Amino acid sequence: MLLNMGPSHPAMHGTIRVMVEVDGERILNSEVEVGYLHRGFEKICENRTYFNLLPYTDRLNYVSPLINNLAYVMTMEKMLGLEVPERAQLIRVIMSELSRISDHLTCLAAMAMECGAFTVFLYKIKAREFIWDVIEQTTGARMTTSYIRIGGVRADLHPDYENGLKTAIVETRKVLKDVHGLLDKNKIFLNRTRNIAVVSPEMAINYGWTGPCLRSTGVYYDVRKAHPYSMYDRFDFEVPLGERGDNFDRYMVRMKEMEQSLRIIEQVLRILPSSSSQSLMAEGIEPAEAIKASRKKRVDKHIRLSPNLDGSEKERLKNILAPKHTPPPKEDTYTTIEGLIRHFKFFMREHGIRPPKGEIYFSVEGGNGELGFYIVSNGTDKPYRIHLRAPCFHVVSAMEEMIKGHYIADIIPTFGSLNMIGGELDR
Amino acid sequence: MEKEKILEEVKAKFGEKIKDVISQFGAESIIIEKDALHEIVSFLKNKSFSFTMLLDLTCVDWKGDEERFEMVYHLFSLSHNLRLRIKARLHERDPHILSLTPFWKNANWLEREVYDMFGIYFDGHPDLRRLFMYDGFEGHPLRKDYPLRKRQPRIPMRK
Amino acid sequence: MGEMRQKMEGRFITTKFNYILGWARKFSLFHYPYVTACCGMEYMSAACAHFDLDRFGAGWTRFSPRQSDMLLVVGTITQKLAPVLKTVYEQMTEPKWVVAFGACAVSGGIYDNYAVVQGIDSIIPVDVYIPGCPPRPETVLNALIKLQEKIQNQEQEWRWKKRKF
Repeated sequence: MLLNMGPSHPAMHGTIRVMVEVDGERILNSEVEVGYLHRGFEKICENRTYFNLLPYTDRLNYVSPLINNLAYVMTMEKMLGLEVPERAQLIRVIMSELSRISDHLTCLAAMAMECGAFTVFLYKIKAREFIWDVIEQTTGARMTTSYIRIGGVRADLHPDYENGLKTAIVETRKVLKDVHGLLDKNKIFLNRTRNIAVVSPEMAINYGWTGPCLRSTGVYYDVRKAHPYSMYDRFDFEVPLGERGDNFDRYMVRMKEMEQSLRIIEQVLRILPSSSSQSLMAEGIEPAEAIKASRKKRVDKHIRLSPNLDGSEKERLKNILAPKHTPPPKEDTYTTIEGLIRHFKFFMREHGIRPPKGEIYFSVEGGNGELGFYIVSNGTDKPYRIHLRAPCFHVVSAMEEMIKGHYIADIIPTFGSLNMIGGELDR
Repeated sequence: MEKEKILEEVKAKFGEKIKDVISQFGAESIIIEKDALHEIVSFLKNKSFSFTMLLDLTCVDWKGDEERFEMVYHLFSLSHNLRLRIKARLHERDPHILSLTPFWKNANWLEREVYDMFGIYFDGHPDLRRLFMYDGFEGHPLRKDYPLRKRQPRIPMRK
Repeated sequence: MGEMRQKMEGRFITTKFNYILGWARKFSLFHYPYVTACCGMEYMSAACAHFDLDRFGAGWTRFSPRQSDMLLVVGTITQKLAPVLKTVYEQMTEPKWVVAFGACAVSGGIYDNYAVVQGIDSIIPVDVYIPGCPPRPETVLNALIKLQEKIQNQEQEWRWKKRKF
């Protein structure tokens, strides 16, 4: 009998269609159909400049948006040969680990809800709200932030970030402890996830798996340890491994990874120097006055900028953005001609960021695995071709083989533990 | 094993089939003839080199060139922690190339995606169908001559 | 049929009954979240403990079109998915309302290309549009209140009402 689990279904991961051929309740064959969220990311990026396509990268893996930003930006920086200031790299590590925690929380929340544990879903979304509050304080948006820019980050951390971050860490630890108590030894959860959809290491490598799914089979590969980027080699964290490669191991690996991410954030908090200046300069002249005064002579006093331009002042900009290939500080733009020319040359069409001709591939540890960008440039300000190496594409391509021989009810926890994100799978 | 050693061994064995070896931004790419794909890949996959993982498989459309499509393969070796890029050019009139499904299973979906987006046929692929676009979609979207904003609705639109 | 909702005209009992029926319908909305993309994360936030949808009566998601009366289209709708959306809408029973959640459902969002439907009102009639990419949960609650006002003020359909053809 053919059964169609259609594209619109209660599992809140994304739209995917699974057609199964069943005999009673056992699955004989299945076919997975994807592409219901194909939004044409690669084609649309060929028509935008390198700076303009940053918001499109946010919406790829939308549960951990800052990591996609980071992957794209680091690829561009490698291509341009930029060196990012140290404070910006540390801020990037904090944001990337917060996104990773948010990713794992969402994935396991949805997986638990589909197995029937609704409380776990509510607890985890509550913890995620604290994390998103911290992200919103600094970047201005909860989810799709476009915060990590080429050359650094867009603005410095909020002066009050430490309290928010400490609250988030404490709340997340509480929630993780509660969920461990609820699900780890729960007979129903164990029956639904133990020894279901077992994957051997050879099969996983053959399918090109990376990330928590590969680590649950026992293979030790983490991009943060193998090709360290953005100061990850300075921090001390473990990479949890599973044994059997079934659903329960994938769940456990993600839970333990969240604890390691919290450890990394605490280490960063110890290293990070305190914020140098206040967010707004209380004294200083208005920008309009400064522009007028600068026509006669170069202005030396502080300029009081509006809260929207927070982070673009000269003092703090050198900590968070590299000096080349980035927009200049706003005081320079308004009062000096060189600043204006730099601003003009950065934002105008046909000018702007023009990397040398060639191609590059760079990857970063995303929430699901190795998130890689392959960019081909032909010397102009628009990319010639961008390709995204989506980690969950390879993971989901194994699903047909994984669910063979199991019951229909096993599809749900299997699918949940794979963490399929539609935006990344279908680009 | 260092990357240079690997490249030398590959060049020594397949001298005439390799067109070029480029090194840019810290990564190496080998440009090969398309017929030699299976031999080179099976040589690289064997035990001593152990490029066991196919990271990515994609295509670039160089419109205006005679050899229009360029297939790009990224291989990865877990034990040696090395990445390698293999490139092969295809003619516009003859967009066929051997399929990598006998070696890696994820090549199945990756090649279906390239067929859907570019229209390249893979000889030996068990099930070459469209992956992202719906059945009945005309054209191959990621080619350079397909307009970005062309609307092909699947059901009639109101208003 | 359900597009033109005229101002209520009638006697005292029918208007009162209309009011009571509107009151009952607006405070017990069962919604069907048709979730596709990033807005789904904000939908989850809006529906959970922090910003609660339940206190407005729209708490329980009914995972079946036949059992729900509000269709929340959350996220981008592609050309491949359009017939499925139309089928789901036609499967829902009257009375039904549609809410377009997020910029991609309202007008195609930032994706103006071959694969995305530029706004779901080319496929199904929409009652409330929620802008934002993604919209904050407070915006969602605001939209829900607007929908409730709309339900209260519209002419309700009930079985023994005499209709003028």
